[in-house]
Amino acid sequence: MKRILSYLVARVVLTIPMLFVLLTLVFVVLRVMPGDPVSAMLGGHAPQSVIDAKKEALGLNKPLFAQYIDYLGQLARFDLGRSMILNENVITPILEKLPATIELTFSGLIVTLLVGIPLGVRAARRRRTGGDSAIRFFANITYCIPVYWMGLMLQMFFGVFLNVFPIAGRIGMRIDSSEFDRTGFYILDTLMKGKFLEFGDVLWHLALPSITLGLTLSGVFIRLTRANMLDSLKSDFVLATRARGVAENLVVYRHALKNALIPIVTMLGLQFSALLAGAILTETTFSWPGMGRLLLERIYLRDYPVIQGVIIIYALFVSLVSLLVDIVYAAIDPRVKL
Amino acid sequence: MTDSTDGRKDQAGAAAWSPAGLAAKAIGAFSKAAKRYRMEWWILVAGLIIIGTIVFMTIFPGIFTKFSPVDQNAGPQMVAPSAAHLMGTDNLGRDIWARVVYGSQTILGVAIAASLLSAAIGIPLGLISGFAGNWADKVLSLIMDSIYSFPGLILAIAFAAMLGPGVINITMAVSVVYIPTYFRLVRGQTLQIKEEPYVEASRAIGAKKKTILGRYIFPNVIATVVVVFSLNIADSIMTEAALSYIGLGLPAGIPDWGMDLSMGKKFLPSGMWWMITFPGMMIMTLALGFTMLGEGLAEILNPRLQEY
Repeated sequence: MKRILSYLVARVVLTIPMLFVLLTLVFVVLRVMPGDPVSAMLGGHAPQSVIDAKKEALGLNKPLFAQYIDYLGQLARFDLGRSMILNENVITPILEKLPATIELTFSGLIVTLLVGIPLGVRAARRRRTGGDSAIRFFANITYCIPVYWMGLMLQMFFGVFLNVFPIAGRIGMRIDSSEFDRTGFYILDTLMKGKFLEFGDVLWHLALPSITLGLTLSGVFIRLTRANMLDSLKSDFVLATRARGVAENLVVYRHALKNALIPIVTMLGLQFSALLAGAILTETTFSWPGMGRLLLERIYLRDYPVIQGVIIIYALFVSLVSLLVDIVYAAIDPRVKL
Repeated sequence: MTDSTDGRKDQAGAAAWSPAGLAAKAIGAFSKAAKRYRMEWWILVAGLIIIGTIVFMTIFPGIFTKFSPVDQNAGPQMVAPSAAHLMGTDNLGRDIWARVVYGSQTILGVAIAASLLSAAIGIPLGLISGFAGNWADKVLSLIMDSIYSFPGLILAIAFAAMLGPGVINITMAVSVVYIPTYFRLVRGQTLQIKEEPYVEASRAIGAKKKTILGRYIFPNVIATVVVVFSLNIADSIMTEAALSYIGLGLPAGIPDWGMDLSMGKKFLPSGMWWMITFPGMMIMTLALGFTMLGEGLAEILNPRLQEY
């Protein structure tokens, strides 16, 4: 237990330099580039005195380095600061939008795994047959389909032509989300309040976005599962299991797949940032009120603190998932000692 | 072969260089290669055909369409695909096929330029970092790993938004994302290669660092870089299109597939399927071409993979 704890602490400490690099990069890029929140807020025709006063109030007239030090000091106190455009703390809109992004990301991940792993196993079992080629072709195609285009096409078929799925938003217009909006995770909120009709509506809205996100990433997992299953199926322990007369399905799913899962878990961590990137585009396509949309909105307003805040949260999210992946990895592979 | 008294030899040589002889030779080499590499080879060729066709389209757009991509009087507004307008027209009456043809110039240009730029920055940094291996290596690796582990698109969005619309700006925004890819690849390879006996030997005979890097390490790194470069172009294509899809890429007036998609999105509820289908299909096809080229190359250059 002590070992696990010290490992966790070391891992968490290691993410600090990464956050620091990203922060510095974004901080500098935001301020070196043309455009600033004051002119975005007041428009181009405000008198110079008003602009200067506003800049002074926001601390934008200080030298860049002083602003940077101020910002780091603020962060050290776990304070993301206040928005420069709206009268709110940076964390307020982030906490409001984060659940939507997490819901979308994780349901996308589930779709990815549900499509990727079974198809990969199937392709490996039927190696060099028509089925194998078809699955590999599908994997290659999904890899090259832009996630936003996949979203648009699904919207067109299922939303417009067949009219069976909604194409925008997290919940129907006629449902009052304030009735159950507690954690912001609509799946949990509706279930906790026992509102099953609303729960169904949430899932119904979630369907197309998560299929969009999940399918486009499934190709990577199909290929990885296939490659690892091929190795695994050839190994001695599988031969031994077969020799003991264990049923073939059990050999494949219980024994071979379990060993092939280890690199898949690693890949999960690596692909998570791709998933987040895909989520931003999916949010745009499906008018999903998540972090990606928040980022884009505030970028147009040049709201530096919120942009920085969103980037920090994304980076934390990525590090957290890679930490989780490491723990799961150690849990499923007895050879790894923490 | 300069011996002119041997007439028959000359004749044979001449025959080999005639067009028919060349073609026969090419077919021979091709079928030999096809037999040797099977599937991988066909993937590579298919990729090359896709890329070749689209490159041809960017160079000679006039052959493919008589319309201008910005001509708002090309036809009636929002008509479905027909003989007159192969892919229909958009909400402003512009011909979508013409926009697809001319749009290929933008996306291909940006993707290739961005990949070249990332390679031009990432490769030297990776070489130096891997070769030097001191504190500079540690600092560079930390920076590159941080960027690498972060969702690239978000970084590209931040850069593109701050730089503002423009072909050069979007190229820079896309290239930032992929610098770490080259850096990590080249650094890893350099670390490996610098322990090889031939590098040690060159060092032993007093070769300068520049010579060792340029003549012994770099040529050995470049083979894998080629594969990654091709896959990288495929990625850049999708990133470029994504940036212009969310409205961060290019000023209006430059035909671009991503921008056409976002335009089509507005008219999707009214069932204008052609406005989104064709630009998206082109993005996918172009990315597929470069992916196939890269995968084919990877498997041909690394025969160990063929077992799978």
